[in-house]
Amino acid sequence: MDTKAEDLTIQKEIKGPGRLFRIFITLYDVFQFIGRFFKEGFLPPYEGKELMKQCYDIGYRSLALISLTGFITGVVFTKQSRPSLAEFGATSWLPSLVGIALLRTLAPLLTSLIAAGKVGSSIGAELGSMRVTEQIDAMEVSATNPFKFLVTTRVLAATITIPILTFYTALVGMLGSLLNVSMGEGTSAKLFFQSSLESITFLDITASTVKAIIFGFTIGMVGCYQGYNSSKGTEGVGKAANASVVIGMFLIFIEEVISVQFFGLFRT
Amino acid sequence: MEKKKATSDLEKVIEIKGLYKSFGNYHVLKGVDLDLYNRENLVVLGKSGTGKSVLIKIVVGLLTPDSGEVKVLNQIVDQITYKQLLALRLKVGFSFQNSALYDSMTVRENLKFPLVRNQRKLTKGEVNSAVEEMLDAVGLLSTINQMPSELSGGQRKRIGIARTLILRPEIMLYDEPTAGLDPITCLEINSLINEVQERFNTSSIIITHDLTCAKAVGNRVAMLLDGKFERQGTFDEVFNTNDERVKPFYDYNFIQ
Repeated sequence: MDTKAEDLTIQKEIKGPGRLFRIFITLYDVFQFIGRFFKEGFLPPYEGKELMKQCYDIGYRSLALISLTGFITGVVFTKQSRPSLAEFGATSWLPSLVGIALLRTLAPLLTSLIAAGKVGSSIGAELGSMRVTEQIDAMEVSATNPFKFLVTTRVLAATITIPILTFYTALVGMLGSLLNVSMGEGTSAKLFFQSSLESITFLDITASTVKAIIFGFTIGMVGCYQGYNSSKGTEGVGKAANASVVIGMFLIFIEEVISVQFFGLFRT
Repeated sequence: MEKKKATSDLEKVIEIKGLYKSFGNYHVLKGVDLDLYNRENLVVLGKSGTGKSVLIKIVVGLLTPDSGEVKVLNQIVDQITYKQLLALRLKVGFSFQNSALYDSMTVRENLKFPLVRNQRKLTKGEVNSAVEEMLDAVGLLSTINQMPSELSGGQRKRIGIARTLILRPEIMLYDEPTAGLDPITCLEINSLINEVQERFNTSSIIITHDLTCAKAVGNRVAMLLDGKFERQGTFDEVFNTNDERVKPFYDYNFIQ
């Protein structure tokens, strides 16, 4: 074995346990970050003004994209479901089917995935660039609390606004579906909403709200963690923004699977 | 023009003893000893990457030393609680190399940010007049409603210094205050540093590799060589040498 090959073998041997060790260090770091959020979030002084600003940025500024996506989803889902229901002569079930599908899964999932892309990446990039341009250090040395101002407000804002956006997406999706149903079956708006709301249970609303809160918290936390801990200059900012989206979406899908299983226990 | 010798009264405001700091296998500081006296402007010189910025980041607790002791206003920085560290940071201002202005806030909001969070009893009027007074002191009152992106490099430096001064610190730490500026703006920043010392009675550490700046603002100069301060004294005392590690520094700045 030549020297170069020998070096590589040694590196591999060190890399194995080193990588595992790094994973545990990162996990510890993540839990510490989450713990600090709960500690800082509930202790005064509160950053109310910044929280309102973040709610506006995350919520209001996502409305256009969410509206478009929700509406198209409603139209397409109704159009695609109609032939299958028509085979059994059950097109009158369309409003119930759309209502349940939107509220239980489509609205929370779609809203959160869009938010992970739009909001998560923007949080990751913003905090990342603040870290590499020493703005976060500047806050620290002026005896202020950058974690409270930057992280707590953004995570809280995402946790508050994503559930609101979720119900908004469901509503817009149902409007899209109504358009399609009234054109196809001539169903009135009153009848459409009556039959879709009749099929929605309290458990559906609770499950959807809980899921949206968890998804919002995840989006905010992942974006903030990646941005707040970014390094290596502009390359680090790009990586933070990218990781915020990728990890955020991955976690949302995992949480969706777990929550479906969990709330399924209450349905049977 | 060389600045007068120290106006200090020999009361130490910063005492650094046997300070070591490494990043992986790269040993930056190898047993640094340094004192800053009351109302003194101390210039720290050294090549890029020799650990000058690391040194002042340790002083404000942004980095922790591997070993050694850093005493600021009679408190050992890495042995105090977080609450005590925050109280200490109110007395130590830090002006960053790239100014580190909050780019999503206007100049007014930049200055208000540390003030309203540290002095919560101030009324809106008092905060506004403090901001205006400080901007006036650095000669940039007209930029109060501008965004940092609309300012020049020199203006950003001045606003950064004003934001630091608004908390009325006893010690100022300047990280490369003249880096990347034209010679005229450098002179303006140098006189601002001297003005700050006189008007606000601050003691300062100025990190730089600009010898014109060192000569204009420093009561004393310390040169970081191979991770240690091997030469300290007035500007002439430090540079009146044949040391091959020091001479090129002087030659480049004044002969070339």
